[in-house]
Order: sequence, then structure tokens, then C-alpha cells
Amino acid sequence: MNASELASSYDLVVIGGGPAGLAAAATAARAGVATVLFDENPGVGGQIYRGITANPVRNRAILGEEYWAGSALAAEAKASGASIVNGATVWSLDRTLTVGVSIAGQARMLTAKRVIIATGSLERPFPIPGWTLPGVMTAGGAQTLLKAQGLVPTGRTVMAGNGPLLWLLAAQILRAGGRIEAILDTSSRLNWLRAAMFLPDFLLSPYFKKGLALLREVKAKVDVIPVGNVAAVGTDKLKEVVADGHHIPADLLLLHQGVVPNVNLAIAAGVAHRWNDRQLCFAPVLDADFQSSVPGIAVAGDGAGIAGGTAAAERGRIAAIAAVRALKPDAKIADPQTARQRLQREEMGRAFLDELYRPVAALRQPEGDTIACRCEEVTAGQIRETARMGCEGPNQMKAFLRCGMGPCQGRMCGLTVTELIAEERGTTPDEVGYYRLRPPVKPITLGELASLPISEAERKAVER
Amino acid sequence: MFKRLGDTGATLTVTIDGKPIRARIGDTVASAMLAAGIDHCRTTPVTGAARAPYCLMGVCFECLVTVDGVGSRQGCLVPVAEGMKVETQLGKREAGR
Amino acid sequence: MAADSYDVAVVGGGLVGVATAWGLSREGLKVVVLDEGDRDVRASRGNFALVWVQSKGLGLAPYAGWTIRSSNAWGGFSDLLKQETGLDVCFQRPGGFTLALSEKELENRAATLKRLREQPGMVDYKIEIMDRERVRQMLPDIGPDVVGGSFCELDGHVNSLRLFRTLHKAINERGVTYLPSHKVETITREGGEFQLHTQGGTITAGKVALAAGNANMRLAPMVGLECPMRPERGQIVVTERLRPFLNHPVVTLRQTDEGTVMIGDSKEDSTDPSGLTLGVSATEASRAVRMFPLLKSANVVRTWSAIRVMTQDGFPIYDQSETHPGAFTVCCHSGVTLAANHALSVAPMIARGKLDTSLVAPFSARRFHVQEAG
Repeated sequence: MNASELASSYDLVVIGGGPAGLAAAATAARAGVATVLFDENPGVGGQIYRGITANPVRNRAILGEEYWAGSALAAEAKASGASIVNGATVWSLDRTLTVGVSIAGQARMLTAKRVIIATGSLERPFPIPGWTLPGVMTAGGAQTLLKAQGLVPTGRTVMAGNGPLLWLLAAQILRAGGRIEAILDTSSRLNWLRAAMFLPDFLLSPYFKKGLALLREVKAKVDVIPVGNVAAVGTDKLKEVVADGHHIPADLLLLHQGVVPNVNLAIAAGVAHRWNDRQLCFAPVLDADFQSSVPGIAVAGDGAGIAGGTAAAERGRIAAIAAVRALKPDAKIADPQTARQRLQREEMGRAFLDELYRPVAALRQPEGDTIACRCEEVTAGQIRETARMGCEGPNQMKAFLRCGMGPCQGRMCGLTVTELIAEERGTTPDEVGYYRLRPPVKPITLGELASLPISEAERKAVER
Repeated sequence: MFKRLGDTGATLTVTIDGKPIRARIGDTVASAMLAAGIDHCRTTPVTGAARAPYCLMGVCFECLVTVDGVGSRQGCLVPVAEGMKVETQLGKREAGR
Repeated sequence: MAADSYDVAVVGGGLVGVATAWGLSREGLKVVVLDEGDRDVRASRGNFALVWVQSKGLGLAPYAGWTIRSSNAWGGFSDLLKQETGLDVCFQRPGGFTLALSEKELENRAATLKRLREQPGMVDYKIEIMDRERVRQMLPDIGPDVVGGSFCELDGHVNSLRLFRTLHKAINERGVTYLPSHKVETITREGGEFQLHTQGGTITAGKVALAAGNANMRLAPMVGLECPMRPERGQIVVTERLRPFLNHPVVTLRQTDEGTVMIGDSKEDSTDPSGLTLGVSATEASRAVRMFPLLKSANVVRTWSAIRVMTQDGFPIYDQSETHPGAFTVCCHSGVTLAANHALSVAPMIARGKLDTSLVAPFSARRFHVQEAG
């Protein structure tokens, strides 16, 4: 579909084609709500079910049954009658529920009666020395290559960090015949103390058995080395990984220390966010139906706070049921209670995982010459020095140092900058706040921007 | 750095800095470059440092390349097509391409 | 003197405030800068970074002379900052353009410049109207819609965000106390000193310089002054970094030393800095593409809106209080262009306790009453 084929208005616009977006679009469209789902990638599935509709990996055991559960969701959305548009980048959303979207270099504005933001999560910044070197990649990135293109790391691969995704990817690489030199486990032993109180819930959650089996599978084949720090070393590409005195020659270093909500679109739309200290990230303030502070805009999936793919789908359903009830009070729609119960079960083990895999401060708040902002190459030392000079928040920091001004628009540095300022000022990240974000939340061309409709008043504000 | 799992998918040819490489239908520009063993896709406009695809999900903007003459395309979001011309992007993008 | 007692309290940590504070510190004074918080309205994070002369002064001729004075002082000012901080604010004065996209725009431009020149007391400086061909010789990438423009060799630009940071670094290194999250609520004067009551506590100072932008309207009456303002919103579009293609700044479009292209100069009656009108950005983008078609494929990385500091008639206000000796206003729209004046001319006047009427008398807010009486 190209941009000019889109309707000028939809009942429901769903942004993001991962589990939350697919479930939301399917639920709403089946109830007769005119629904469009925009997804930026070549196919639906989001990151967790990446490549689900055209997967080159024939051996299903490699990715695991959890992954293949995404097929049903994709099929359900496809059959629902929702209009699903891939290769569509949503770059603007405002309080009037006007959506700016670009497809194949053509920009369009359209309106919605309700919007469900399902833009999911991204990997938490892992700002260590050398993390910008070619040969260093996120674990999620390597997993995407495996899922969508059937690519497996060769050569000397080292993994570092912690969290469920790291162990899952390690198992997948091993099942696919890959080799891992070492896993550098950056978890703090102290995390167990904080996690222990949530252990009973975790034991009852679906994650317990799966997680344990995964750990056994990986540890049987790979050296797992507990470390307190990690550095990637090389001049124009990775040569070795250095951690606590270990020097490991490597061609590929895969980093991961959890995922955090992808907040850019929601913040730009004016959705109120607050710091979640257990998950160490900003997350939107939402009600039980995942409705945000902006009337008509809901945030579902991991963008609402990290809970995983299965929970994301339930959240998408709950948000969609609320949308259907608001738009079509007479429509036949399931009671959200069932979805809520399933969601509750999915969320049970989360607190334990959050505490167990809480990334250590040293790997979130770097020092010295370590790059914090990859786009503008701003170092942690510069940010710390400027904070000590009296720069109170990320917006002034951005003006002073350009951190967050590059094409990634702060996605790679936002949390680091906030946490560094908070540490230097001796205050909380909530107090420091986040970057002010404005459209376009993904770059569009000047030509696309120029092609948008212009009112007489808007023209006169410029032409004099 | 990466190898193909099995022999799946039809192949096509794209050029990277004029050099033809084999890619698969279903590849993105970034995955095709990684599969071909190309270790960096651009140098930064700030210090000229070499960078390679990092997140593969459209958020980090490290895989910016010139595709068929248009600069600063996110390689991880652009599917490959037969005959596509990909160029590594060196430093600042040139205005008009 | 108490620990939090100062020779001068500068209210406002924007460009006008820190340039003034830097100048005051060079005079050997103990200075404090009182600022608001990170998410408060800040014009200094949202300016266009021109050091601009052409067409300044229509309606108040002395403003042209005052602007040229600052433009001429800018080179020395940036050298001083570089010596102190090691940071280069990239001041350049290659001459700048206003471009016309229709014959009507060009006629309007010529008429404006004619009215400007014919004002009594107008300082003589060169602004040329150029036809398309002459413009093209200097700006080879202009599009077919550009019919001509005006050029002034005194126009230049600077890296204004780096200027902002540099001035903050400079005052920090000079020992000026910078207090963010110290929004001034009220100002009193007792025992020959000013008490500034802020959200972060009370600060005492012998003198007060109000450099709080649009907030001067609220603060000035507390010290027997007035500062009538009419804020307006402007929006800017910024591209990714591009290789240098533009050797001269255009009043609505410039390439920064970092390579990004800034596009803007909209005016809307709004005081909501978080709002953004996409149609306004679209108009700016459309004009930019008509001026320089090669920009069509450039990626827009950011847009922003900011509230302009704008006095009621658009000209600066410099005043000293008769009822509250030691209180001054330093207020203007063009905080970048006039930074050199504020640092090197106005600050020393405040240090001496007396504004030099030969320089700044035309900029007293008393002019608003003269006009009303007339």
C-alpha cells in the first residue's frame, strides 16, 4: 500500500506490529472497528516474533516454540480485516490524534478516533568503552539476524551482560550450531538479596521452568564468567574483550542488559511518563485499560513497561476492548476479564526477573572517555563535568553538548544522560526528567515535510 | 562474522561500493552487508569513526548507508532488491544525494 | 557580607543573563546568576544564531547603530571567550542574504530597506538589492524560484548553543555562582541591598540586573521599572549534518559549522513552547526546498518551537531604576547579536552603577509613554 491509498481517517490507528499491536488490531477489527496497523519493518511480528511470516529458519527447535506462537497472532491479525501496512513509519502523533506517517518516502497526515501505541521496547543502553566499534552489537540485533535472515555468528563470539534475552539468544546460537567463547555475566551477586522476596511468585510463573532449562542448556556448553566491568578493545574494529582482567580475543561482542520502553512517540504525543525504579526506565502513566494521560491514546505492550511478549498481546487486547467499547458501545466484544487474568499470570514472575537482572550502576553510568551519545560522540566525562557546572537536566545538556541531537533522537543515550545527571546532582532520575521530544520522532525528508497540508494561517506565520 | 543457516531463500545481486555481493530475498541492506563480511557501513560525521549495524531494529541509526543514490537510509529497514546499489556513507552526507 | 550575598544578582541564565554576568565578573564583581529549571521556557535554547544587521532599526533608528556596534565587537568577544575557555563559538561574518521567492517579495524587501534608510538619524551601512544572477554567483545552489534578494556584508552567524555553553563555562571558571531552579518570585530592597526571594531561598545582592527575558515584565515593577513584552512563538526545522554547501547565512536558512541546516523564522501568537504546528514546519520546509532544491532529500532530524523574547515594540530595553538604585533591566530579542554589547558595554555600565546615556538612552522603556502621549 502506498501513502495516497490510505483513508484520511480511521476509527483506530495501531502503531507497531509486535504482539501488542497485532492482538489489538485483530481484536478491534473483528468487532467492526475500522482499524489500520502501521509497522515500520518489512513484516509484522515486532522484534520478538521478527520474521514470523517469512522465516528462513526451517528447524523450529532453534528458535523454540515460544517464538512460533507468534504465527497464530500474525494469522489472527491478517484474518481480522484490519488493514496492516508494513514499511510505514509513524513520525508524528499529537493530542488531536492526528498521525503523520511515511511510506516509501511519501508522507501523509490522517486522523484517528483512538490510537494504540504499541512501539514496544528497545535494548537498554550498554555504554562501555568501545561499544561503538564495528564488531560490537546488541544481542537483540544478533537475534534479529537469526530470526529474520537465518544468520548465525561465526568466528569468536563473546556475549556480555545479563537478562532473559541474553540466555535465550545463547541457547538459540548453540542450537543453530554456533559457538560462544564466553558469556560475561554482569549480574551483581547482591541482586539475589533483593530478588529473593519475589521468588515465591516467580516459582509459580511460566518463566520459572523455562528459564531454568535455558540456563542449564547454555551453561553446559559455554564458560560463564562473572564480571564487574566490560570493555571492547580495538582501533577500527573489535579485537578483544577485556573484563576484570580477562582478555578474550573476539570478532563479535553481543551486549545486553535488559530492555526498556521505546518512549519517543508517546512522549512526543504528550503522554505523561514517570520513572520506574525497579525497571530503571521511564514508562507511561496508564490506567487499567492502558489508557494514557492523553484522551484517546493508549500504550500497550512493552512500551507500557516491560512484561514480555505474551503479556504484550494481552495488554493489546485489553486496550483494544476499551477502544471498541468507546467507539462502538453496541459491538459484541469479549469481557476484558479473561485477558486481565492471563496478563496477571504473565506478570507474576516479572518483579523477580527485574531484581535479579537489575543492571549494575557501573554499566549504566559510565565515566571518562566512554561514549554516552553515540550519534554526536559525547562522552560520559563531558556530561558529568557539565552537570557539575550546574546543568540541571537533559534539555540544557542537549543544548550544551548536543547529546540526543543526532538521528537516533536520544534513543541510545537518553537514559544514560538522565542517570548521569541524577548521579552528579545527587537526585533521582524522576526529578531530572527526560528529553523533550517533538515530531518527527523518526527522520523524514525535508521534501516530505514540505508536502504536508498547509493552512492559510500557517503559511502567513512564515511568509511575510 | 555471520554465516547462513542452511541454504534457504532465492538469491539476488546487489553492489556495495561497486562490488557485487550475493544476498537473499528477505535480507535487509544491513543483513546483506553483515553476511558478506563487510565490517563497517559508514564513518561518523563527527570524528570519522567507523561504525557498523548495532541494533538491527531501526533505533540506533548506525547502519546509515547510501541506497541507489539516496543517503542516510537505515540499512536495517530497507529490503534488498535485485541490482540495488549500496554505498558506505563517509562522514557527512552530501546535500542533494 | 553573608555567604549568599553578592555584588550583583543577574536574574536569568539565558544568553543575555550569562553574557552580562560574564562582563560583570570581568569587572571584578562577585556575581550570582539565578535561573529556572530544565523544563522551563528557555529562549536561549531556541534561537537561530544569527549575528544579524540587515534591516535592524526600522522604527527606531538608533537600534541599527547599536546592532552594528555589537556586530563589530563580536570578533574580539569570541576571541576572549576562546582564550578563557578553549571553546570556539565559530563566529563568522561572511555577509548574509534575505531571499525572495517572488517579484512581490523582492519589491516588499526593497520598499522596507528604502523606508529604513530614509529614517532620520539612520546610520549609513550598505545593504544591496541583488537580482537573481548576482545572488546565484554567491549562492550557486539556489532554485529557479529565487528571484533575487538583499545582501549585507555585516551579517554573520555563530554556533549559538556552543556560545551558550561557552558563556556558562566561562562564568563557572570565573567563580560566578550559578543557581538553577532559583526562579525569582519577588524582589525587595531593604538596608541598601536587594533581597531576591526564590524557590531555592533568598539571595542578597547590592545590585540587580533583570535579564529574565519575557519574565522581566513580571519582575521589573518590583524594582520600580517596567518592561512591556509581547512573547511570540517561533519554530525551527533542523536537518541531519550535511557537507558544507552554503557559504552565506540566509535570514531563514543557515548551515551550522557542524553541518546541520537550520530553517525557520515563523511567528505565531502563542506562549505554549511545547506546542508545534506541523503546517508551519511544512511551510518552512517548502520555502527551504524552493530556495535550495538540493535540500529536498535531506533528513529532518529535529523540529522545535520556542518562545521569542519580544518587547512590545521589538527593540531592546535597557533601564536603571530611579526608585530602586542599583536595579537594571537588560532585555532584548536578539540575545546572540547583542551578546558582545551586553558583555563588553552594558555590563561595565552596571558595574559602574550608571547606564551610559550616549549609548543606550534611546532604549529606555520610557519611550512607550512618549508614544502614548504623542
